[in-house]
Order: sequence, then C-alpha cells, then structure tokens
Amino acid sequence: MSQPFPFSAIVGQEAMKHAMVLTAVDPSIGGVLVFGDRGTGKSTAVRALAALLPPIRCVAGCPVNSPRKADCPDWTAVEDTRIVSRPTPVVDLPLGVSDDRVTGALDIERALTKGEKAFQPGLLAKANRGYLYIDEVNLLEDHIVDLLLDVAQSGENLVEREGLSIRHPARFVLVGSGNPEEGELRPQLLDRFGLSVEVTSPHDIDTRVEVMRRRDAFDRDPRGFLKLWKPQDAQLRQDILAARKALPKVSTPENTLTDCAALCIALGSDGLRGELTLLKAARAAAAFEGAGTVEREHLRRVAAMALGHRLRRDPMDESGSAARVERIVADTLGPVRVAAE
Amino acid sequence: MTPRRIRDALRLLALDGAGLGGLWLRARPGPVRDAVLAALEPLGARRIGPQTPEDALSGGIDLAATLSAGQVVSRPGILEDGGLVIVTGAERLDPARAARLAQAVDDGGLVLVCLDEGAAEDEGLPAALADRLGLFLYLDDMRHDALDDLDTVSPGGAAMQGPDVTLAPDQVRALVETAAALAIDGMRAPLLAARTARGLAALDGAATVTEDHLARAVALCLAHRGTPLPQTEDTDETAEDDTPPPEERDSAAADDSTDAPSDSLPAELLVAAARAQLPTDLLRSLAEGRRARAAKGSGGTGAAQRGHRRGRPLPARPGRPGDAARLDLVATLRAAAPWQTIRARTAQVPRLVHLRPADFRIQRFEERTERLLIFCVDASGSQAVARLAEAKGAIELLLAQAYARRDHVALVAFRGKAAEVLLPPTRSLVQTKKRLAALPGGGGTPLAAGVSTACDLAQIAARRGLTPSLALLTDGRANIDLDGRPDRQRAQDDALTAATRAGRGLPGGIVIDTGRRPSPTLATLAERAAASYVPLPRADAASLSRTVAPLLDG
Repeated sequence: MSQPFPFSAIVGQEAMKHAMVLTAVDPSIGGVLVFGDRGTGKSTAVRALAALLPPIRCVAGCPVNSPRKADCPDWTAVEDTRIVSRPTPVVDLPLGVSDDRVTGALDIERALTKGEKAFQPGLLAKANRGYLYIDEVNLLEDHIVDLLLDVAQSGENLVEREGLSIRHPARFVLVGSGNPEEGELRPQLLDRFGLSVEVTSPHDIDTRVEVMRRRDAFDRDPRGFLKLWKPQDAQLRQDILAARKALPKVSTPENTLTDCAALCIALGSDGLRGELTLLKAARAAAAFEGAGTVEREHLRRVAAMALGHRLRRDPMDESGSAARVERIVADTLGPVRVAAE
Repeated sequence: MTPRRIRDALRLLALDGAGLGGLWLRARPGPVRDAVLAALEPLGARRIGPQTPEDALSGGIDLAATLSAGQVVSRPGILEDGGLVIVTGAERLDPARAARLAQAVDDGGLVLVCLDEGAAEDEGLPAALADRLGLFLYLDDMRHDALDDLDTVSPGGAAMQGPDVTLAPDQVRALVETAAALAIDGMRAPLLAARTARGLAALDGAATVTEDHLARAVALCLAHRGTPLPQTEDTDETAEDDTPPPEERDSAAADDSTDAPSDSLPAELLVAAARAQLPTDLLRSLAEGRRARAAKGSGGTGAAQRGHRRGRPLPARPGRPGDAARLDLVATLRAAAPWQTIRARTAQVPRLVHLRPADFRIQRFEERTERLLIFCVDASGSQAVARLAEAKGAIELLLAQAYARRDHVALVAFRGKAAEVLLPPTRSLVQTKKRLAALPGGGGTPLAAGVSTACDLAQIAARRGLTPSLALLTDGRANIDLDGRPDRQRAQDDALTAATRAGRGLPGGIVIDTGRRPSPTLATLAERAAASYVPLPRADAASLSRTVAPLLDG
C-alpha cells in the first residue's frame, strides 16, 4: 500500500481537519460526517490522520487489537500473545457490504470443512481502536448504517446469530463522507454523528494551484515530500498526545454550561446529545489549544460542526446549516469581539 | 477523436495506468473499439462485468472446491492483484459496485478500462468512478477502419520516470484555470491532467513538459468533464463567479488543438481547445448523465439485491450464497440430511456432515418496494400565476410528507406544446424545490402530453423496482392535443385517453383541481385515471394531507 499523504500538507479544509483532530483527541465525541464535493480530499484526510496518530500497542494474534492479553475476548483463542506496535487501523467499509461481514458471523469455512462452530470476526473487530471509514455513507443501506451507529455508540459489538453469541469491544471513530447531491442522510442518522462538516473545492485559483503543487511533489518523490512535512506532522502528533493527556484536567466553568444550553435551546436542537457533543468538542478544542478551561471562544469554534446537523430540519431550507448556526451563535453569545474580553 | 489521441491514451495506460486510474472508453461495440482493446492485449487484461460476484473481485474461499477437497481452497480476487481490468457494461454499474472499484483505484496498482456503451441520456459511468479515471476516449465518431494500423502497446511500461519531468508553475496554473473555466469541480481532474502531461513528456523523451503536452493532456483528461456550450440553465451553480465567462467559440476553428501556440499557453486557449475536442451533443449528454445520476440518488442502490437480505422472510430456496444472499443454515442441513448415509459410504474423508454445493439454501425476504411520487404540474397560462404559486405550495406540502416517508419524487411539468420531465426520480428535496421554484408559467395546456409523460416515467420507475403513484395538479382546461395542435375538443379526448392509460398503469393517484371552480371534466378524468379528486379551493393544508396520506401509504 502506498504511503498516505501527510496530514499537515493538506491545503485548506480547516474545518474538516479540525474536526478530525478533535476526534483524535477525544474519540468519545463520536464520528465525523464529511459532506461535500468529490475530489476535496476527504479520504486523503482520513488516511493521513491515521498515519499521523501514534501506533497502538496490541496483542499480535488478537483479531480485535486488544491492548493486553487479558483483554482478548474469550472466543479468540489467541496463540500469538506478543505485544506489538501497529499503525492505527483504518478500515474501509465498502458499499454493498453484507451485515455478516460488518459484524462478523459464523465461520462457514471452518463449519463446513472441520465441523467447528467458530466466529469469524468482521470489519468492526478490525476497526477496534481505530477508524472506520465509509465513503458515500448516504448510499449505504439504512440497516447497515443503523447497526454501525449502534455499535459506535455502545463501543461493543454483540452478535447473536446462527447459534453464536459473541461480544467484543468495537471502539472506533466513524468517519463518513458523502455527496449530498446523491441523496441525503436520514435525520436520525445525522444526529448520531458527533461532528459534521461541509467541504467544498477551493474556489480561488491560488489555493488550487497550491494543492496541485503539493500533490505533484508528493507523487514524484513521496519520500522526500514526507520528510519535508515530517516536522509539522510530528508537532501535530505531539499536540494531539498532549491534548489527550490534558483533557481530563480541562475544567468547565458554570457559565460555559449555561452557554451550551442557551445555544442548543436557541437552535431548537432535539435531545441532549447536541449539548453533550458541543461540550465534549469544546473541551477537546480547549485541550488541544492548551487552555485550562473551556471558554466561549471554544464553543464558538466548534458550534457549527457539533450542532449544524442537529437543527430541526426544514427539508425545504436550502441555506447551509453551518451558516444558520453561525448566525445563532452570534445572537446568543454575542459578536466575536465582545466575547473575547 | 484523432488516432493520435487514441495512441497517446493507450501508451499512457501502459506507462502510468495505475497513476492515472484508467480509461473511460465511451463507444458502441464495433471494429474501432475492438481495435483499441486489441491494442491493450499485451497488458494482460482481465474482464469484469456488472454481474461478476463480489467474491470474484475481492477474493475469498471457493466454496465448491473447498467442499470437494475437504480443505480450504481460496481464490484470489481480481482487484487484489491489480493490473489492467476491463469493466464491461460500465454504464450499468450500480453505485455500490462503482464505489468498490473507485476504492480499489484509490488503493493503487489497478488500471481500469471502463467500457461505456451508454446511449440513453441518463446512462453513463457512475460519477464516483468517472471522477477517478484520468483518461477519456470517445470512438463513435470514427470511421470503422480508422484504427486498422493501430500498434499494440508494449507492456511493462516501467514506473513513471518521476522526478525528471516537471510542470512549470505557470503550467500548473494554466491547468487549474482551465479546469475552473470549464466549471470542473474537485481537484482530481487537474491533478490527473498534470500527471498525464508529465506522462506524455516522458513518452516523447522530452526533458520538460511543453505546451503541446499540456494541450494533449487537456484533451484527454479535462475536455469531457466540462459543461457544454452554450450553458444551459441546468448547469447552474457549477460556474464559479470569479472565473471569466467562457467565450463562445466556433468549434470548427480549432480543428486540432495539438497545434498549440508556441510562446505561452493561457488557460483561455486551453479551454477553447478542450471545448473543441468533443462534439457538443456528446458533452451535453455527458453533463445530462451526471445530472440524472446525481438526481437519482440512492434509488438504484438496493433494487437489484432486494429480496435476499431483509424484510419478511420467505421460504429458502436453492442457490449459491454470495455477497447478496445469505446461507440459510438450517434449510441447508435439512436438504443435506437425507443423503448423509449414502454420502458417508462413498466419502473418502470421514466427516461429521457431508455437504454438497447442491444442498445450499439461501435466505429470501420479501420487501415492499420504495415509492415514487410523480408530480405532474400544469404550468400553462390558464393556470394564472397566482394559482400556480398555490399549486407549488401544495406540492411543497406533499413533498414534506414524502420526505418524512423517505419517498422518491419526480417532477413533470407541462405547458406550451409539450410536457417535460423536470426532475427524474430523486430523494433530494432541495433539488425538487429548486426546479419547482424555477418553473415558469404560460402557454397552452397540453394535459394529455403531461399525463402520458408521467405514465412513461412511471413505467421506467416500475422497471427499476419503485412503486409509482401520480399527483396531477391542473385546472383541467386542456386545449393542446397530444400532437401539439391547439384543438380543445381533441385535447380533452386525448387527455381522457391518457388518463385511462394512467388508470391502468398507475392507479391510486390523486388529481388536484387548481381551477377557480371545481371542474366536472376533471372529476371524470380523475375517475378514468382511478385517482381521487381534490378541488384545491376547498383543500386547505390539513385536508390535502388527509387525502394524500392513503396515497403515500399505499
């Protein structure tokens, strides 16, 4: 497999990159949904991020990447119990995949040839502790999306079928991407993604030329290009690791909580998931910036991506939801200057 | 297409096919296409089609061989080992398969040659794939013997002689500006064009990329992605505001773009060259195809596989488990049970259960098909502007309900002399609303044409596995007959005939009378069409929604 493009070298698309970094800081924020045109670097960013993250330590023979031998599920019968380093897994979920391949199912091969009842782990097992990437998530069949979101939320995959009863940890960050022209995602599903960002192709010529220049340089000499960007990537990795460490210590003042609630009420977002995600994302943003407390500024920065897809939807409304959120954020939290005092 | 361009494309495939993704070959079957494929022969192509099962693509266990051998026999996947893969029937690929192929292209090592025989305007390569294939060739405008002397390409085109050939900064800029001027979104197209230009330079043994390489690359990579001239209203939102509006140019003037000007190559010239590459009607049909597929959305996804995965269970039936079908274990064992003694006697290997491929039973499910609501809207002059606005309001109300039920909607409008499908079946409400808002009023009332167009659309949709129903909004004052002649009496008769056809083909619709007073003729028409009749004057939002509810539930 070819080397992924360095994350820091991706031109523009700040919202997408920020959202992905936040989920790397705090995977419990939930998945990221990236909606936008083709050829805007959606899949490049996912692969780049995974390559940027530090490798995980896991049991060599374990199908679910358990960190310690004791954590391996009992059905795995792991033989190779050495602890090895592996790059953070990124699993692609192809469209048209059947649910047995996602959750895992009876190992038909072994059942037929050896007459044994064994579990064949699916893609969810492979993605544990990593990323699960679905391109064109809006074209994926609904029942598969439902299943994925359930697992993503509970962090556990439970298989009850064909006489098997298996459970294993499946904690992963779900990254979905899609092109809204080809069909929308049901609001129920939208709501389950932690963050959502909209991407468009860069519109000014200079940015586009810069994209071309970097990609071209990468294609011609991947090694040299990676070397060139290594310091930036290493710095970002440091920052993410430092933020992970700092995250539990970030304090949340009372007035930030009030702001969260006020924002969500003003936006009329249903349920409490919006508030919780907003707060988590803001905390991650604060930790990433090295701030000790969550301020209005952090809320402001993550509001669009945390709430944009949770608005009570008017199916007829064409104006971008991000713009609506920005407007209401300005109304509720005051204009940027005032809040900065 | 000039033979030279075809040679360029084939040599590029041999040199750097994996880097360029591959070739989109739009051509009917015939000697020209055969010649091109024969030239690719030395690259050792394998073929896949829309029906090739998933496990043949990605590999897996060969069940039949595994069973007879008593040990695991696995089969390598076609996409796994890369190389040149010819995709036949590429215009019929479903989005899932297209995405699978696109993913394989992204992973690298794979060269796809997609044979697109698309004829109808909503046929063509799925967008996800079209975006990733660098090169495009169109062969239908060539004489059958034009390629008789085409040499086969030499295999083993070594990896790209990378660092040697580079694009100058202003050349990169020229490509980017060209793409922007052609209203090409996304960054893949200019990137692929740059790579193609470098490849062409390498093939020519040149140390630098010249303007000639650039122009040839634009012809191969960018021309087909552009929007046709003159810009139609359908290609809105693609043109960027900061790019100068492309000038009208006589396409005959630039007969061969390879005679590029020598000193500098501004994007404008490249744009003109690109526009001159392909016949306008082809460009239009490609753009149309992009639009139609974008509108169709996820509609096509499940249709073919439906019946094996979810819904109400049906009895199992013999079959091969694969990506679309799941093994019904119990039924399979039950089928195998009677044979156990006999098979155990003849078996070489003692086994607990002796299974043969013939025992396999797959699960089947019955699922209700997805609904399609066809709006057939009267936009004629008799439908005065205010009434049209009300009709639009009523449709929006219905749309909101269709949205809640995840229905597909389609929009047919009739005015003047004929009817037009404004929007093929889609789930995108934003698009529907845009088209609806842009719908102008005025002209005669070709009611019959409207109803028959809706019927045609319904027939196509039913073939795709949707269940269509009709919502007709009109004041019923038909005055244009099916042939487009103004004749009130014949227009009414034609409308009734069309309604009878609708009654047979898509019963259970709804006719909304938008006239000032309820019209008895329209009530008769609704009866013929086996539809319920709702006069709008009395139809407030609530009653309309009550009337439509059973229609949508159906």
